[in-house]
Amino acid sequence: MKKPPPLKIDGASEREIAREVVTVLPELTRRDFLKGLVTLGGLSLATGVVLSNGAAVEKMLRAISRWNDGAQGALFDPKKLAQTYPESMMTRPFPFNAFYGIEDVPVVDGKDWKLELGGLVKDRKAWDLPSLRALPQEEQVTRLVCVEGWSAIGKWGGIPLGDFLRRIGADTTAKYVGFGCFDGYRSSIDMASALHPQTILALTYDGKPLPPREGFPLRLRIPTKLGFKNPKHIASLYVTNSYPGGYWEDQGYNWFSGL
Amino acid sequence: MARREILRAHPWPVRLAHWATVLAVGIMLASGWRIYDAAPFYAWWHFPPQFTLGGWLAGALMWHFAAMWLLVGSGLVYVGYNILSGRFVRQFWPLSVGGLLRDVGDVLRLRLGHADLNRYNTIQKLMYLGVVAALVVIVASGLVVWKPVQFPFLRMVMGDYGGARQVHFWAMAAIVAFVLVHVVMVVLVPNSLRTMTNVGVKK
Repeated sequence: MKKPPPLKIDGASEREIAREVVTVLPELTRRDFLKGLVTLGGLSLATGVVLSNGAAVEKMLRAISRWNDGAQGALFDPKKLAQTYPESMMTRPFPFNAFYGIEDVPVVDGKDWKLELGGLVKDRKAWDLPSLRALPQEEQVTRLVCVEGWSAIGKWGGIPLGDFLRRIGADTTAKYVGFGCFDGYRSSIDMASALHPQTILALTYDGKPLPPREGFPLRLRIPTKLGFKNPKHIASLYVTNSYPGGYWEDQGYNWFSGL
Repeated sequence: MARREILRAHPWPVRLAHWATVLAVGIMLASGWRIYDAAPFYAWWHFPPQFTLGGWLAGALMWHFAAMWLLVGSGLVYVGYNILSGRFVRQFWPLSVGGLLRDVGDVLRLRLGHADLNRYNTIQKLMYLGVVAALVVIVASGLVVWKPVQFPFLRMVMGDYGGARQVHFWAMAAIVAFVLVHVVMVVLVPNSLRTMTNVGVKK
């Protein structure tokens, strides 16, 4: 399926504008911006009530979103696999998406790069690229579904995250696995999804080392979650029991975002 | 039978489910339009932002995934009550082609009566069953868009993730079309609003 043309306002998509706004605005104003989410626009239904209780409504919506995290966790079946596709169905070119434009993609030097480990992990030795490449790898052709609604099929290869977590002696009874990235991005996932057989620490795209735009040198590829839960340019991985949130999650996108 | 004597309110579970559905559908339409606009799949169509809810994509998603519980809850109340009480059979049966042709003929001659508001004519039966069917389809396709991995059978039925998005869109269009006709009919037959509100009806 081809990525559909997104809505453009002055040449920028809604998400790009959102990115701009949250990057540019100071924290205080950002809260006012979030209040925009209770604007009912043309729908006259209960406008007065809702607008005068903007903060309360936002609080309620965020509480329901957290409750939806739990509902999705209960619905998540660790044995159900995401659909896999033949290579002929891969989307070419694969659409680029990040919280910045393609011209700002970070260039990471693979020679100096190391994956830092933290949190509830027994062996916190950092991993360099050759040692990660030496581990058993898996390859899969799956659909990446963006929170915006579009989707694209690609082929990623790498180390099953569950294998890696067991190898480093991670506490797999902990609640969360979090990721920090070179571009300042952060995200986190629940342990059950981290241990799903299709969740991989991806080193390759389409059989070749990840190109910078796909998140060189390492990205998470988790076909049971929305695209923004697949962080690129990973610098660190940690295991924790305290809710880590994430770049988009902290701004209001649902944390679990399972598929 | 005289008109005044047969103006009775619908049973309270039907009224409750109706207005809860109105609220849920209103929220889900307006927030759904904002979500669609984040990545419109028809080059010829997007929704004017002033008719959307949520302010931005994350806000719209929060509204959408909050109101879905209300929609499913009121749907269960409506379907559950109607089946258990036997009202489905009473209100929607018999459903005949002859009855439909008669009703359509009456409409064309501007003679379709609503003398007894508690008994649906054939066009009403089809409209109400149709919107219930559209709501079932929109929930089923919505489940696939939301959770394509967890509902593999529905995903296959809907034509994978991309197909489910389109089914979801067209079920939305069917519901909007129903709402437009329905609201016009309520304006033309204002007593029908009394049967759904229990205001100004014989107790």
